[in-house]
Amino acid sequence: MRGYLTLVRRDLGSFFVSITGYMIIAMVTLLLGASFVVLVESLNQESTNLPLTELFYSTFYFWLILLLAAPVITMRSFALEKSTGTYETLMTAPVADSQVVLAKFTSALLFYLLMWLPLVVCMVILNRFSAEIPSINVGQLLTTFLGILLLGGLYIALGCFASSLTRSQILAAMLTLMLGIGLFLVSYLSLTLPFQGGWQGELMGHVSMIEHMQEFVRGVIDTRYLVFYVSGIAFFLFLTLKVIESRRWK
Amino acid sequence: MIQVENLTKRYTGQTAISELSFNVGAGEIVGLLGPNGAGKTTTMRILAGYMPASSGAARIGGLDVFYHSRQVRERIGYMPENNPLYPEMRVKEYLKFRARLKGVRGKQVRSRLNAVLEQCHLKEVSRKIIGQLSKGYRQRVGLADALIHKPDLLILDEPTLGLDPNQIRSVRQLIKDLAGAHTILLSTHILPEVEMTSDRVLILDQGKIRAADTTENLQTLISGGGQVIAELAAPEAALREFLENAPDAEQYDLSPLDGEFFRCAITPRAGADLRSMVYNEARARDWELRELTRSRYSLEDIFVHLTREEPEAESEE
Repeated sequence: MRGYLTLVRRDLGSFFVSITGYMIIAMVTLLLGASFVVLVESLNQESTNLPLTELFYSTFYFWLILLLAAPVITMRSFALEKSTGTYETLMTAPVADSQVVLAKFTSALLFYLLMWLPLVVCMVILNRFSAEIPSINVGQLLTTFLGILLLGGLYIALGCFASSLTRSQILAAMLTLMLGIGLFLVSYLSLTLPFQGGWQGELMGHVSMIEHMQEFVRGVIDTRYLVFYVSGIAFFLFLTLKVIESRRWK
Repeated sequence: MIQVENLTKRYTGQTAISELSFNVGAGEIVGLLGPNGAGKTTTMRILAGYMPASSGAARIGGLDVFYHSRQVRERIGYMPENNPLYPEMRVKEYLKFRARLKGVRGKQVRSRLNAVLEQCHLKEVSRKIIGQLSKGYRQRVGLADALIHKPDLLILDEPTLGLDPNQIRSVRQLIKDLAGAHTILLSTHILPEVEMTSDRVLILDQGKIRAADTTENLQTLISGGGQVIAELAAPEAALREFLENAPDAEQYDLSPLDGEFFRCAITPRAGADLRSMVYNEARARDWELRELTRSRYSLEDIFVHLTREEPEAESEE
């Protein structure tokens, strides 16, 4: 546990002493700023009953940020250590492989959450200055962030897995981006080609992240989705652990 | 401290080390000597618990490095080849991080940190960013990292690689100072380095141990048959005659220098030392002698020597 916390601290800290960390924050702030403009414009046009969080989700910025930021955040986690050789000093320290994997995942996830904080500010400002009855409530904001956390967790776990496979950061980022877009397109498919019942329709409904997030921004927590994301995260972290352990396979 | 039995590591298509067996006692400094690709790094990585052997066993302090990897890693300070560090961190910050990672607790962290900063002469750079340090300092940071949790065993892979002569000297001195408190296994491909730091030497070539001996014995082996170089002012014919008839000279080579001087390179028969003979002859005949040295076997010669010996021994059987 001590080893885990020490590693989380170092890894999280490393985002803030490198240019990459600040570049990610700058890009995301820019995108969130753009989404803010879109929100303001749509609020100016006609009155709407949609909550602010849902309005935000109806722009494409959420997916853009998720799909682009996750690969850049996670590409360093293992690939950088492998390419600089610090992987060897790390893995010969008396820490369990599982602690290393969990620490890499946690620090990336924490950074990812920090990166989303400007969204809260956007929401609060809009809420404060919109003339109509407050269109935001804390519950919806919390479930939105739960959705951001869960979907992000899945993508970050996926990124850690990709990063553990290679010693090239670029390759890790590209792999994460490809798998990430793949996952997104599966969700998109289920929206554009509604399956008429049957098991295909069932399956697509369960894995459609676009729909899941739609529920989260509305303020609905469906335990099925919770289970889906938590098990997805566990699955990719398990794969990462196996890749890390494979070094010790005879 | 270290027991290695029949250790073998095969990568796809090649054998990095084969049937390696050796022991290192507590408190010893042992040098692993060998050319690049001899299997030094592989051996050290296995001992440090970074990767498993294909077969055979290695125990450190009685614990198997594969089955008790974590307990073993707690007792080892390992510095890999090229000494990888996090360049963005400050020296103190890095060592603190490593201390915590290696299970140094609470107040111990600070006292250990101060101790290794002192030991490795890093006090004056403790607030600097690692990436901005010279290679010599970085190497010392690597050593400090290996030392921070007071390990019983230090495994140092090429600790002086890429340093300039002054830095090499200071790192060597540091290693010498550590002797006694720790068992040290270090690898190098530079012969004088082992001579200066180690009690015992294991010579590794193509994944096999070619020789395992104390430094003194190796020294005798090395100095036993070096070529003698003499610069003499003498009539050529007389010189040739003397060299032809010298009983211990196997071969000689004569080349004229300035004036009456000749440069003689004389290869002795095994084990013989020709220097006194040359000197006595020069004195007796009143030849002017301005240089007399014995070239020492280089590491390369030893390898040639050791690798050549084996097929001959086999053919005799």
